[in-house]
Amino acid sequence: MDFKFKAKLITSDDYKRIITRLAHEIIEKNRGIDDLVIIGLRTRGAFIADRILQKIKEIEGTDVPTGYLDVTLYRDDFRTRLKQPDVQVTNIPFQIDEKIIVLVDDVLFTGRTIRAALDALMDYGRPAKIMLAVLIDRGHRELPIKADFVGKNVPTSIGEEVRVKINEVDGEDCVNLVEQTGGDN
Amino acid sequence: MALKSRHLLGLEGIERNDIELILNTARSFREVLDRPIKKVPTLQGQTVVNLFYESSTRTRISFELAEKRLSADAVNFSSSTSSVKKGETLVDTARNIEAMKIDTIVIRHSSPGAPHLLTKYLDSNIINAGDGAHEHPTQALLDLLTISEHHPKFEGLTVGIVGDISHSRVALSNIHGLKAMGAKIILCGPSTLIPREIDKLGVDISYNIDEVIENVDVLMALRIQLERQGTSFFPSLREYHNFFGITRERLEKANKPITIMHPGPINRGVEISSDVADSEHSVILDQVTNGVAIRMSVLYLLSGGQNVTEQN
Repeated sequence: MDFKFKAKLITSDDYKRIITRLAHEIIEKNRGIDDLVIIGLRTRGAFIADRILQKIKEIEGTDVPTGYLDVTLYRDDFRTRLKQPDVQVTNIPFQIDEKIIVLVDDVLFTGRTIRAALDALMDYGRPAKIMLAVLIDRGHRELPIKADFVGKNVPTSIGEEVRVKINEVDGEDCVNLVEQTGGDN
Repeated sequence: MALKSRHLLGLEGIERNDIELILNTARSFREVLDRPIKKVPTLQGQTVVNLFYESSTRTRISFELAEKRLSADAVNFSSSTSSVKKGETLVDTARNIEAMKIDTIVIRHSSPGAPHLLTKYLDSNIINAGDGAHEHPTQALLDLLTISEHHPKFEGLTVGIVGDISHSRVALSNIHGLKAMGAKIILCGPSTLIPREIDKLGVDISYNIDEVIENVDVLMALRIQLERQGTSFFPSLREYHNFFGITRERLEKANKPITIMHPGPINRGVEISSDVADSEHSVILDQVTNGVAIRMSVLYLLSGGQNVTEQN
């Protein structure tokens, strides 16, 4: 499959502003950070979670417990996908019972990843509440799932793809919109 | 990433990349075992049959737990209570079980090559859980995982394997696995229990346990198979212990701590003394825990994805 570059959705400066706003919104909505925990979805959601955590720490002066979740084992496309995804390590080093969880991911698309994440979290305990923060909401939901905190809403067509890059993995901070240009699919 | 084969028959000829994929995936599954709910829905709807023609506690329970932790349906078979007693052949039994719509067969058999034979007649994924004195790949993989938790690199690492090498599938699988990962191997035991020409696999041989202890980072004791004592490979168990037993006095002569491993079941006071088996450098129980993670990893990697190309 070939792709061509279509637009830059988020630049490195935008990244910083969006993270700052998301951090403020999370604190405001929860009236502080009592009982709050942050869980990032691997791979890129985990790094976005780290940045939000850092920002919350700057604002509130204390740490919020942070964990990382890999949802590979809970996916609904295990048998049908052409490529088998690598399983990464889940690390949630605290009890989630009665906590308010803010789940962090890079792109919200069909909602199936979040469905898998919700199932996974239920195996860890009974949180008081789960909220969702995403960098990009690109639409095309296939399940009744909605984000509580959105970095940027981007209406897309189904043939387009949102490519999130983050410094820790890709060496730069930006989000690009690319479009499929034929090839085999 | 996916494995090159859809069966796991042995570690002979396996590529290092495949071993690393299995170990990495197992490290992720290791975490699942520490959760309050030790179960993930990954293999829901898949059926695995554990076809055990030889007695086993550890391996069978380990496979069964791995299957259940992944939400697969596990069915157990043991030859003592089956139609094998009525004269049914291995292939017929396996074909009949496959006709009941299953996905994976885990087989242990006393004849080397039994799992390989099944791949010729069946469509299911086949996992070798020990075939005679040939291979026991998941045991070697869990040994590799356990070693990697205590030693950062396989290159430059020397592993001693002590005991009945001739009758040991654990030793053979470990030799193939450790070689693929770049470790050095020294085999040790009475000359009657070390096969001729095994040095062609690229291993060193020593008949002196003290010399081996001086040179290794990891020492793996193999079980002396008491049931074979009718045919005498050495004069007595006591003499074996005197010459090859791993004891605290012997280990204290080494200039560094040595990681002690044993695939179980242990004969305390024969191949290993009781205090060594329970010492702080013994990782024998870690091996058992890692066994479940390794088997989950293998089941996961063999069952998923459709780009797995046919080998064998």
